[in-house]
Amino acid sequence: MKTSRRNFLTFALGVPIAGATLAACGSSGPGTENGGGGKGSGGTYWYLSVDPNETIRRNSLDRFNKAKPDEAIKGNAFQNDAYKEKIRVAIGAGNAPTVIWGWGGGGLASWVEAGAVEDLTSWFDENPDQKERRFASALAPAMVDGKFYAVPAESVTPIVLFWNKKVFADAGLQPPTSWEDMLALVPQFVDKDITPFALAGQSRWTNMMWLEFLFDRIGGPEVFQAIFEKKPDAWSDPAAIKAMTELQKLVKAGGFGKGFASITADTNADQALLTSGRAAMMLHGAWTYGSMKEEGGDFVKNGDLGYMNFPPVAGGTGDPSNTYGNPGQYYSLSSKATDEQKKAAKDFFSTQVLSDAEQSDWVNMAGQVPIVVGVDAKFKGLEDEAWLQFVYDTASKAKVFSQSWDQALGPVAAEPMLANIAKLFGLAITPEQFAQSMNKELAK
Amino acid sequence: MALPALLMFVAFAVVPLVGVLALSFTSWDGLGAIRPSGLDSWQEVLKDPNLPHSLWVTFEIMALSWAFQTPISLLIGVFLASRERYRGFLAVIYFIPLLLSQAAIALTFKALLDPNFGLGPGLDIDWLVQDWLGNRTLALCTVVFVVSWQFIPFHSLIYQGAVRQIPVSLYEAAQLDGAGRLRQFWNITLPQLKNTIITSSTLMVVGSLTFFDLIWVLTAGGPADATRALALDMYIRGFRASSMGPASAIAVILVVTGLLLAMLLRRLGGGRETTSQLEGM
Repeated sequence: MKTSRRNFLTFALGVPIAGATLAACGSSGPGTENGGGGKGSGGTYWYLSVDPNETIRRNSLDRFNKAKPDEAIKGNAFQNDAYKEKIRVAIGAGNAPTVIWGWGGGGLASWVEAGAVEDLTSWFDENPDQKERRFASALAPAMVDGKFYAVPAESVTPIVLFWNKKVFADAGLQPPTSWEDMLALVPQFVDKDITPFALAGQSRWTNMMWLEFLFDRIGGPEVFQAIFEKKPDAWSDPAAIKAMTELQKLVKAGGFGKGFASITADTNADQALLTSGRAAMMLHGAWTYGSMKEEGGDFVKNGDLGYMNFPPVAGGTGDPSNTYGNPGQYYSLSSKATDEQKKAAKDFFSTQVLSDAEQSDWVNMAGQVPIVVGVDAKFKGLEDEAWLQFVYDTASKAKVFSQSWDQALGPVAAEPMLANIAKLFGLAITPEQFAQSMNKELAK
Repeated sequence: MALPALLMFVAFAVVPLVGVLALSFTSWDGLGAIRPSGLDSWQEVLKDPNLPHSLWVTFEIMALSWAFQTPISLLIGVFLASRERYRGFLAVIYFIPLLLSQAAIALTFKALLDPNFGLGPGLDIDWLVQDWLGNRTLALCTVVFVVSWQFIPFHSLIYQGAVRQIPVSLYEAAQLDGAGRLRQFWNITLPQLKNTIITSSTLMVVGSLTFFDLIWVLTAGGPADATRALALDMYIRGFRASSMGPASAIAVILVVTGLLLAMLLRRLGGGRETTSQLEGM
C-alpha cells in the first residue's frame, strides 16, 4: 500500500536526523548516510529529505564519493521545517556544514551579512560554462550585491494554476482565460457545492502566492520590486491596493471555501481537495505535481489534471508570461570550512551538481525540470512529457521569473508580511490597513 | 543538602532568566553578532499594536479554560473520591488524556475537526461540520476545549486526593443534623477544598501562560491572529522572524505576569480560617 510505504519513509527519516545531531556534537556520527568510508576530508553536506528528491541528492553525492574517495563528503538529510531552524542555529553557532542547502534570496543575504558563506564569484569566473548552462532566472537569487554566494542547483518550480478537468466537464464549464473568468466561475461552483479554489490558508505562504500573481498581472513586477527596495509607501501603490481589493472580492465570494484558514499545506489536504474533485482549481507550486501523482489515485494518470500560467487581469500592465516561484535551489559553501573541505565542495559543484546523470534523475524520478538550458531534449517519450515541457516553457519563456516574496525578503522581513497577509485573507483588515502597517515595516 | 538544589536552581532557572533579560536589551537575528541596542526591543514590543491583542488572547484562554475546567474537574474529583469498585475503572479511562503528548492530541483533534476530511463530513453529522479552526471565535473555543480536555483529568486527580483528606466525622455530624448530599457538598466539601481550589487554579492560570505546542499545532496562532497568545508571539518573533531581542522582551513579560498572578492567587487564598488539620479518612 502506498500510504504505509510513505509512513515508513517518514519514520526512517528519524535515523539520519539523530545521526546529524551526533555529528554536530563533534563525534564521528554513526548513522550518517554517505560516510564514504570515513577516509574523506570533504566535510559535510546538509540537505532536505523526502523522496524522490532526497534519493536524487544522495545519488549525486554517492557518485562524487565514489569518484573522489579522498574528498568524500558526508551527507545528512533533514525535514523541511526542522531544517530551516536548525541551519540558522548551526550557522549562528559556527557549526555550519561545509555545503549548505538553501533557497537563495533574502535568507542567503542574511548568511552573507553574518560572514557565514564563501564568495563563489571567482569560481564562476573560472568556470564560465557553469553560468551559461543554467537558466538566467536561476542565477539572480544566488547573488548578493553583484557577487555569487551560492551555486544554483536542482530544479525550477514555477507556481501554476492547476485545474480538475473532470470537475469542469461535469459542470459544463470552461477553464478561465482571465481573472474576470475566475471570479465569474466562483458562484457557479459554489452553487454545485464545489470549492472553486483549494487553498491551505493556515500555511500563510500559500495565500501569498495569490497576491504575487495579482500584483504582477495588475501592475507588473515593478510593484514588488519597489517593496523589495524598501521605497517609502511602496505597499500603497494603486496597483497593490487594487490587487488586494480583487483578492478580497474572491474571498468574500467564497472562492476558497469555508474552512480554508484551517488547512495546512504540509498535510497535502489542499491537493487532496483538487484530486478528489471537491475543489475545481488550485494555485500551487510545480513541486506538487509529484505528490498529486503519488497520492491522488488515478487523477494524474487519467489525464484529469489541467494546468496553466496565471491568467491576465483586464487592464493590467504585467506581462502574462511572467511567473513566480522557485527559480532553483541553492548550494552555499561555509566560510568556516577548511581549505581541503572547500576544495572538495567546489569539486562536487563542478563535477556532480547538475551532471548529466543528475539531470536524468530529476526528470525521470521526480518529474521536475532541472535548471539547465536545453534539458527538454530529455523529455521525449516520457510519461510526463507534456507536463515537463509546460514547466520548461513557463520557466524559460517567462519575461520575468521572480522568486517568491518570502524567499526574496528573507525571514526577518517576511514574517510580518505573512502575518498581515493572513489577516487580509481573513478579512480582518482592509487593503488600506494592510498597506499602512506594511509601509511601517519598510521604514524599519 | 540544600546546596545541590540551589546549584540546580541557579543553573537552570536563574542563569537562563538573566540571559533572556540581557538579550532583551540587544538586537540579534540569530546569526551575526549580538549587539547591545538599549531599549529598542522593548520599545518595539511595547509600541506594537499586536501586543495588547496577544495579551488579551492569553487572558481569554486563561479565563475561559479556568472557568471550564474548574467545575468539571471538581465534580469528577468528588465523584471519583468515593471508594466503589467501578470508579477505579472509570478513573483509569478519565486519566488517559493526561498520558498523551500535547502535540499528538493537537494533531488528532486537527484531523477530527477538519472541515473537509474530518469527523463531521466523514460521518455526515451536519452540526459537526463547522469551520472549527478557521473561524475566529470557534478557533478560540476549540483551543480552550482541547486544552481542558487534556488537563481536566490532572485537576480531577488533585481534587480526588483532597476530597479523601476531608475527615469523615464532618459528614457524619452533618448527617446527624439531617443535611442532604447537596447541602453536605456546599457546606463541607467545598469549603474544605478551598486550598485545593487555589492550588489547582494557580496551576491552571500560570500553566495557561505557557500553552504553546497545542495551540501551535492546532491553529499556528490563526486564523489570522485570533489565537496568537503571548507564548506563540514570542516563538514566532524569535524563531520565525529571527528577532531575538523583542522575543526576549516578551519572555520577560511572560515571566513577570506569571509571578504576579501566582502571588495574587496566594494572597486570595490566604492561609487562614477553614484549613483542616485533622486526619483524613
